[in-house]
Amino acid sequence: MNTEILGVIFMYALVVALAIPLGRYIGKVFSYQNTWLDKIFNPIDKLFFKLSGINPEKEMNWKQHLVALLTINLVWFLVSMFTLMNMSWLPLNPDGNPSMSADLAFNTSVSFVTNTNLQHYSGETSLSYLGQLILMLWQFISAGTGIAIGAVVFVAMKERTTEKLGNFYSFFVRSCTRILFPLAMIGATILVLNGSPMTFKGKATTTTLEGATQQISRGPVAAFVIIKQLGTNGGGFYGPNSTNPMENPNYLTNIVETASIFLIPIAMIFAFRFVIRRKKLAWTIFGVMTTGFLLLVIPSIFSEMNGNPAIAHMGIQQNMGSMEGKEVRFGPAASAYWAVNTTCTSNGSVNAMHDSMMPITGMAALLGMMVNSFYGGVGVGFLNFYIFIIIAVFISGLMVGRTPEFLGKKIEAKEVKIAMIIALLHPFFILVGTALASYLYVGNPAEYAGWLNNPGYHGFSEMLYEFSSASANNGSGFEGLGDNTMFWNVSTGLVMLLARYLPIIGPVAIAGILAAKKYIPEGAGTLKTDTGTFGLMIFAVMFIVVALSFFPALALGQLAEYFTLY
Amino acid sequence: MKKNIVPAIRLTLVSMVFFMGIYTLVILGIAQLAPNKGNGLTITQDGKTYYINVGQSINQDKYFWSRPSAVDYNAAGSGGSNKGPSNPEYLAEVQARIDTFLVHNPGINKADIPADLVTASGSGLDPHISVQAAKVQVKRIAEIRVLSEDTLLQLIQENTEKPLLSLFGTERINVLKLNLDLDKISNN
Repeated sequence: MNTEILGVIFMYALVVALAIPLGRYIGKVFSYQNTWLDKIFNPIDKLFFKLSGINPEKEMNWKQHLVALLTINLVWFLVSMFTLMNMSWLPLNPDGNPSMSADLAFNTSVSFVTNTNLQHYSGETSLSYLGQLILMLWQFISAGTGIAIGAVVFVAMKERTTEKLGNFYSFFVRSCTRILFPLAMIGATILVLNGSPMTFKGKATTTTLEGATQQISRGPVAAFVIIKQLGTNGGGFYGPNSTNPMENPNYLTNIVETASIFLIPIAMIFAFRFVIRRKKLAWTIFGVMTTGFLLLVIPSIFSEMNGNPAIAHMGIQQNMGSMEGKEVRFGPAASAYWAVNTTCTSNGSVNAMHDSMMPITGMAALLGMMVNSFYGGVGVGFLNFYIFIIIAVFISGLMVGRTPEFLGKKIEAKEVKIAMIIALLHPFFILVGTALASYLYVGNPAEYAGWLNNPGYHGFSEMLYEFSSASANNGSGFEGLGDNTMFWNVSTGLVMLLARYLPIIGPVAIAGILAAKKYIPEGAGTLKTDTGTFGLMIFAVMFIVVALSFFPALALGQLAEYFTLY
Repeated sequence: MKKNIVPAIRLTLVSMVFFMGIYTLVILGIAQLAPNKGNGLTITQDGKTYYINVGQSINQDKYFWSRPSAVDYNAAGSGGSNKGPSNPEYLAEVQARIDTFLVHNPGINKADIPADLVTASGSGLDPHISVQAAKVQVKRIAEIRVLSEDTLLQLIQENTEKPLLSLFGTERINVLKLNLDLDKISNN
């Protein structure tokens, strides 16, 4: 069998094989059961709480959780703004890179604190090492925020009636130290042993084979790269992310980095199984997510491996497939696979340029972000999926004429309203944003000529992609878009903010309200939510919401491009 | 909010010490055990040091060419072309690269040119080319360096990096290493 396809199958098998035990471990971490890492982390966590003046045993209701989350995120935003706007004189700046402008610093700070990591700058020319390190910190703790809030929803779904849902700070610190930190240590070690730089020296200057001078950017790359992969962050050290041979030197590191994208999002499903003890429901969720993922990834891999018909027309050989924007050491299969991984989760790192991919792959990447819950971001992907579950429960309840119930709690008007609003916000941000940008561009193409790197349908897709990426808190881009301008920095910054916090507030509110309701044991009249039929129902709800919202936009961009090429 | 702000600030400071400081220093420590102490992998030949993982612009006829690059192999500002697959300007550029290649490689059949030789990589720093991309350049180099084609094919075979464990990924050739080996057998 083709070694490229074999590589892709191996990566998926590896990640599921690792995610099952990891999910069990994560479940134990949030159930406060003993694990073999306690010896190391009990004292570390204690020190964290002591130095922060926090009592980790004080239980919070859902509102207190949200206030704690939003407050600490605000602190991070302010620290980030200050650092990025003052890098030029702060320490650790051997290459003498400048400070950021206010609008770029706003966009970048929002981007990293919200776990999006859209990058309107290029790391090697726009950040000092202090800037890189502070962004690395956000990659840890914004991911920790997502996992912690996911844990709150898990705990709320247990079979009992309560307002007390654990302590936010405790979940948060545990997510960072016991889950992200050990995984990052392992991954960074593999990267550094494979030639990823880890140094505080500035650029290296060398002479090439042909006698030209070449400057090579370095830095604390290995430590940075692994956490951007693990935390569904995606903000690269270098401008072109993991295409850069320093970030991703060979196929082994590519396996490690690709596996890291899916690892925690899939493990969260098994953590859910462990916390609420519903094996069949967890597998139903896994089944729906996996089906969606496969439907996107298989056509993408085929379309990249088949090459670009416009280039085939010129009469040259495309044995490897489409190679524009791709690296020979990964090949088209692993590049397409990464592209769909990174957009199904809200990761957004890349190992090939999405802008140069075939229309089908570009569309799969867009759809991954539009659904945003085929595995999804760490913690928050599950929250997005939870919204679809609530809607599916409600609709199925109407169809069979039973009171909608989920895990022994009645779903009533208030919860369904919240779920509908959250489900529709995402298309709203994407479509309104794209419409506004298109309106501006068409009204004055001369003034905005710097925006689009490609004409026609593909140019439209560049704008659609940017807003999809911002609203999905993804961070990848059709990078041809000239996005470091006031309009893009501010508009996508606002979208990222709203699209991060509202979809956290909504599900947590629903889960909190449901947790406080009376627990009704399942009876003969209860709608079963852990069957294949119900899985199909969830899938249908997702399909309808996404297809109705986005089909026209996709038809104008990627589909139109497909039909011009083929 | 008021109750939360002080713990939030203190927890942020503790996180900074742990994740920016301690984590970074530990990995930096591990890097001291890594090849070239985490400064990037290098290779030295004839007193000159090269970075193996970072591609270089190589387009003299006596060497195996590296891939086109959207940033001209600027390793301090890497990037791809970001051209869409149907962009007419881009397709014209690819056609021009094919034409240039044919001019420098007379007698080569167009159908033997692999796509990676006429398309730019994502980083603009791709250190590799496909095996076919090396083979298609053999005729030209054999003539210039007065070597037999078999010698060059042998060299290509020695420099072919197999897929990981011969199972996963692509076959490829590091252009820099191939050219350094070429210089070893024929000092031109």
